[in-house]
Amino acid sequence: MDGHTEAAAPLLDVRDLTVKFVSREATVTAVNGATFSLRAGEVLCLLGESGSGKSVTLRALMRLLPKQAQVAGRVELGGQDVLALQGKALRAFRGGEVAMVFQEPMTALDPVYTIGQHLVEMIRRHKGGTKAEARARAIELLDLVKIPSAARRLDAYPHELSGGLRQRAMIAIALSCGPRLLLADEPTTALDATVQIQVLILLRRLQQELGMGTIFVTHDLGVAAEIADRVAVMYAGRVIEEGPVADVLRAPAHPYTAGLLASTVHDQAPDQDIAAIPGSPPDLRRLPGGCSFAPRCGLATEACRQAFPDPVYPAPGRMARCLRVADVLPSLIGEPA
Amino acid sequence: MSAAMEVQPYVDPRDRGGAAQPMLIARELQRYFRVKGAGKGAVVRAVDGVSFTLFKGETLGVVGESGCGKSTLARLLLHLVVPDSGELVFDGDAVGETGGVNIGDLRRQVQMVFQDSYSSLNPRMPVQDSIAFGPMVNGRSKTEARRIAHEILVKVGLRPDLFGPRYPHELSGGQKQRVNIARALAVGPRMVILDEAVSALDKSVEAQVLNLLRQLKRTLNLTYLFISHDLNVVRYISDRVLVMYLGQVVELGPAAEVFARARHPYTRALLGSRLSMDAGRRIEAPPLVGDPPSPIDPPSGCRFRTRCPHAESVCEARMPTLGHWEDRSSHVAACHMTTPDSGHSLAGSA
Repeated sequence: MDGHTEAAAPLLDVRDLTVKFVSREATVTAVNGATFSLRAGEVLCLLGESGSGKSVTLRALMRLLPKQAQVAGRVELGGQDVLALQGKALRAFRGGEVAMVFQEPMTALDPVYTIGQHLVEMIRRHKGGTKAEARARAIELLDLVKIPSAARRLDAYPHELSGGLRQRAMIAIALSCGPRLLLADEPTTALDATVQIQVLILLRRLQQELGMGTIFVTHDLGVAAEIADRVAVMYAGRVIEEGPVADVLRAPAHPYTAGLLASTVHDQAPDQDIAAIPGSPPDLRRLPGGCSFAPRCGLATEACRQAFPDPVYPAPGRMARCLRVADVLPSLIGEPA
Repeated sequence: MSAAMEVQPYVDPRDRGGAAQPMLIARELQRYFRVKGAGKGAVVRAVDGVSFTLFKGETLGVVGESGCGKSTLARLLLHLVVPDSGELVFDGDAVGETGGVNIGDLRRQVQMVFQDSYSSLNPRMPVQDSIAFGPMVNGRSKTEARRIAHEILVKVGLRPDLFGPRYPHELSGGQKQRVNIARALAVGPRMVILDEAVSALDKSVEAQVLNLLRQLKRTLNLTYLFISHDLNVVRYISDRVLVMYLGQVVELGPAAEVFARARHPYTRALLGSRLSMDAGRRIEAPPLVGDPPSPIDPPSGCRFRTRCPHAESVCEARMPTLGHWEDRSSHVAACHMTTPDSGHSLAGSA
């Protein structure tokens, strides 16, 4: 019905996820009906610019949003209703079944605890066992993420490690309890180019070896190309395009994805302007009626401003919420699905 | 009379040295910072003997990873951080010396745009006042300065009536960076230092600002020093490129040449770390392992030798030199492999 052919139930299923931040002045709709799913062992990249709702979506999946956030919709991980979890079950879920790697390890790690203390606390909290057992497991984990002289680094404080090693330690902590779902929020954005590629290759290898489903938030199309199986492009709180990474980057179906590709500096001729998307993303306090991208879209018509477009499936495994898909992606329309 | 006299190229009245005189020459710039708590006499060798030429009307891209000294270099050029030693020549005049150009004049002709567009603006000042501040300090009347501010706002693509009275928090990241560019341009500089000026922006906005920078350079006859960690952006915008590693220049040359035929192994590793944007051509093995070493206690000899796949004993013993860097067409690398008689087994092959 929706173009997907998989028979098994997905690991993660997100339906109409909506997150609103309500204050006296305004209501900000950060996530506005995001829908996507993830199979076991699959890497999905949530791709979008600042304010697109990708990080808020990720935090909603781990139930990390503050109390004033109004979350609606459905999030199911292996059949269990994530949004209904409370108390003990929620604490076991966080870190045990789902773990997160944050963008800035320096602020995500506690500066007064050593890397070893972080790991031991996490392991004993979820798996029990003695301190010595947990410490042995911690050394294994640091070896797993290729931190040299692991036993010695266990006693290092976060500030004593370089940026690349800190992020590896963060990954070790996230993997320590064998999560079924790994969430990564721009884990390589703060790293230098030569270190970023090392961490990306490490994450790719670990994901393949350990087989956990992974959601990877990034604004960088290049990062998505390196690590993703599928991408979901977000704009103003909605998933506006989804599909296999190679297909989406080669032939985007949504005008926003096409614009993002064209405006990313990559081998453009130095004597020509870059095809930038005009304007800026909409104010989330006052979203336009109809398609949120219509005000910046060269293809927008009156119909685009009437209602937000329903999903269309231009090819197997691909989805776009755009009325003009036929004009963005003429070659794919009409092919047998 | 003669045909040559009819075509008069635009000449800036402040241009003292003529078109062939470089806008800026830096020779052996050095700045160390003392660090507390890292042992007695510990210093960070932030910029350690950096030399380059910036020609009039060109864009020189400066690339390198965090901690390589590229931002300190930018601050040295404006004397926002005073160099320990070295020489700066601006349009033929020595900077800060008797008979040369004084720091105030230098800063009127060289302006800077920083990475963090929010913290570089006064949050309690409408942006039109921020932009008018420079001209007012330089002796313009309030109304005159306001008029200049509005003119510049138009040039950076912001409607003065709409955006001029706003405060920084009322602007998006891209708009704030346009205001910062406007403020830099308000005093009519000849050269602009852009220190990671587009790095914090979203890709679609980054493209807009890059287009704006190129257009302003053409119309206002500017010279850019463009600092960035993003090699794709540097390749796109630069005429020449300077690559830094741990406070030193490792490679310098025309952008097209450096990107096509990099001579230093570090430059090649940087280029090899660029993500492909093509899921069919993923990078299988990282070009380098580990992080850059600490600039407090850099390796002896060549600073890159600890991460270099071609390091030999000569790399540890002697520091390689850059060679003849002064010319516009020079493509040089500080690597023993590029010097024929250096004693490296691969000498002359790179």
